[in-house]
Amino acid sequence: MSQQQSQSSGAALPPPVLEMQDVTKTYMVKRGIFSPKQPLRAVNGVTLTVRKGEVLGLVGESGCGKSTLAKMLLGLETPTAGEILIDGIPAHLGDRIAISRRIQPIFQDPYSSLNPRKTIGSIISLPLRVHKVGDPSSWRKSVEEILDIVGLPRRVYESYPNQLSGGQRQRVAIARALIMRPEVVICDEPTSALDVSVQSQILNLLMDLREELGLTYVLISHNLAVVEHIATKVAVMYLGRIVEETGTENLFERSRHPYTRALLDSVLTPEPGLGVPDSNLGIAFPNPISPPSGCTFHPRCVKAMAQCSQIVPRPLTDELGHVECHLYDPETRDNTAAA
Amino acid sequence: MSAVLEITGLKVDIPVSAGDLHAVRGIDLSVGKGETLCIVGESGCGKSLTSLSIMGLLPSRARVSADMMNFTGRPLLSMSETELSDIRGDRMAMIFQEPMTSLNPSYSIGNQLMEPLIRHRNASKDEARKRAIYLLEKVGITAAESRLNQFPHQLSGGLRQRVMIAMALMCDPELIIADEPTTALDVTIQAQILHLLAELRREFNSALILITHDLGVVARVADKVAVMYAGRIVETGRVEEVFNNPLHPYTQGLINCIPIPGKTARGSRLGSIPGIVPTLIGETQGCSFRNRCAYAGPACEIDDPVVELAPGRSYRCVLPEDQLKRQGDETIGKTGSLEAASA
Repeated sequence: MSQQQSQSSGAALPPPVLEMQDVTKTYMVKRGIFSPKQPLRAVNGVTLTVRKGEVLGLVGESGCGKSTLAKMLLGLETPTAGEILIDGIPAHLGDRIAISRRIQPIFQDPYSSLNPRKTIGSIISLPLRVHKVGDPSSWRKSVEEILDIVGLPRRVYESYPNQLSGGQRQRVAIARALIMRPEVVICDEPTSALDVSVQSQILNLLMDLREELGLTYVLISHNLAVVEHIATKVAVMYLGRIVEETGTENLFERSRHPYTRALLDSVLTPEPGLGVPDSNLGIAFPNPISPPSGCTFHPRCVKAMAQCSQIVPRPLTDELGHVECHLYDPETRDNTAAA
Repeated sequence: MSAVLEITGLKVDIPVSAGDLHAVRGIDLSVGKGETLCIVGESGCGKSLTSLSIMGLLPSRARVSADMMNFTGRPLLSMSETELSDIRGDRMAMIFQEPMTSLNPSYSIGNQLMEPLIRHRNASKDEARKRAIYLLEKVGITAAESRLNQFPHQLSGGLRQRVMIAMALMCDPELIIADEPTTALDVTIQAQILHLLAELRREFNSALILITHDLGVVARVADKVAVMYAGRIVETGRVEEVFNNPLHPYTQGLINCIPIPGKTARGSRLGSIPGIVPTLIGETQGCSFRNRCAYAGPACEIDDPVVELAPGRSYRCVLPEDQLKRQGDETIGKTGSLEAASA
């Protein structure tokens, strides 16, 4: 919180659009035919606030729970515990349809997220039909307007997805997300299925739309260069927990959690001659059904201390943001002897 | 450095209903012992077809022709299927992009790993087993012996990709072709796999052809780079030359498209390449990039000559080097780099 205050330098903070309070999602999974079901905590006590106009980047390795988090924000999954507030109203109390008008998704793969048997016009106007907005005669006009906004020619109205390129399809997905004029767009890997030259067009479009329409984004990506480029703040997830959260500049220039450091060290920037970095992470992403004791990152951590395998680190929030690591906790940092 | 693979004038034509699709239109490549060549380009540029044609894995209806396509001095194109099968998996091996679809789900890891050695070297099961365990440990898999009895679905994506790499190394090949080996993986695993590939290449002194669309991977791994566009190599050279002094407008465009941490100002507009790749069906004349190129003129409709600056350093464009260099300096400054913003 203090982080955001320091960024806005005293000015009134924009109101929070999305708030997650200690949200947990537990799945019951079976490991074998005869073994009993075991709980898997995909998201484990996440507290997050996204304010109007912000771009929250959510990063982490596959299996860390970032997509589950996105599904809960979209109302596709209900949290096992904790609460999600949308514009200050608990999501489970609000009207499901009304919430879906305000929060819209853009998915990763524009090849599988568009129905191949529907025309582009029909795909984009579906939200209008579901929410019964205006009368059918006005739908075509709304679709054409949104096509203009996302930079597609109006003639694609009658086309089918297979007649469009990957970049055009992703523009269709964006148009479908925007036609209800949502406040929040959840982008789950919006560019990772696209070619480099198309990726930059889509990123430019997302940035322009945010400015023009005052959108708030939750951007899930494993491409840290993309996150650094468009996010205003970043949350790093590891095994269902947010281990570090801070403003983009802080995260990329003064990261604190050893996991964030390792992630940043793994990024291959296009600079020849530097070679491939060694993140020292080891290969074993732990089994989320039986996570390691103490700090769940300790088996892979280069800075692990004796207490890390025993004591779960407390969430710490200071002027540099939020971090969960014994290295930054004055109470547990030096008690190696106690452990 | 003796060339392990030498190709000139490679063409791949695929008959489709509308005519012939000229997917690869005359490319020259060479890679020497212990050398890494990266082929970079976007989807549909022909980079995967190039690798499959080297391996002889294209379906028979695709027509492959070349002026020369020599693997350790032997012409690949005139070999029979039996001769090719003897080389494939033995002298040259391929690592595919999707380890889940390229490993056989119904055979154990051990079985699949041991097969090449038994097939090509008449090794006993025991020898093959020892080699498999040795290589699994080399690629950083713990408890290698117990992994041999596991099946692909029991392994994570990163582990499967490591198994693929170990499998490619079983017979100590002279040439490894890796087609997008890390695209489906997390950044952390990607760095480890590439680290491993570089280390193994040094140790075994194999030649490596790495096919990717990720410029970050290219910059960090390659010795030589070939930039492909619409079935042609538009620019080639040593990695520092191509990245520090990109000449072809397409290469310049690609480099402009990606946000570079520390260089590209956060939130600034990224460069982009307008337009789409032209169809490669039927006869094409002139430069295939001209409809997307900011500097295209009438001359581009006639020809796109290869300009060779030095052995192994060339580009395909009608414009002279100094003009391209100047244009590159201008466009790459235009994306709003930190220097430009502070100046």
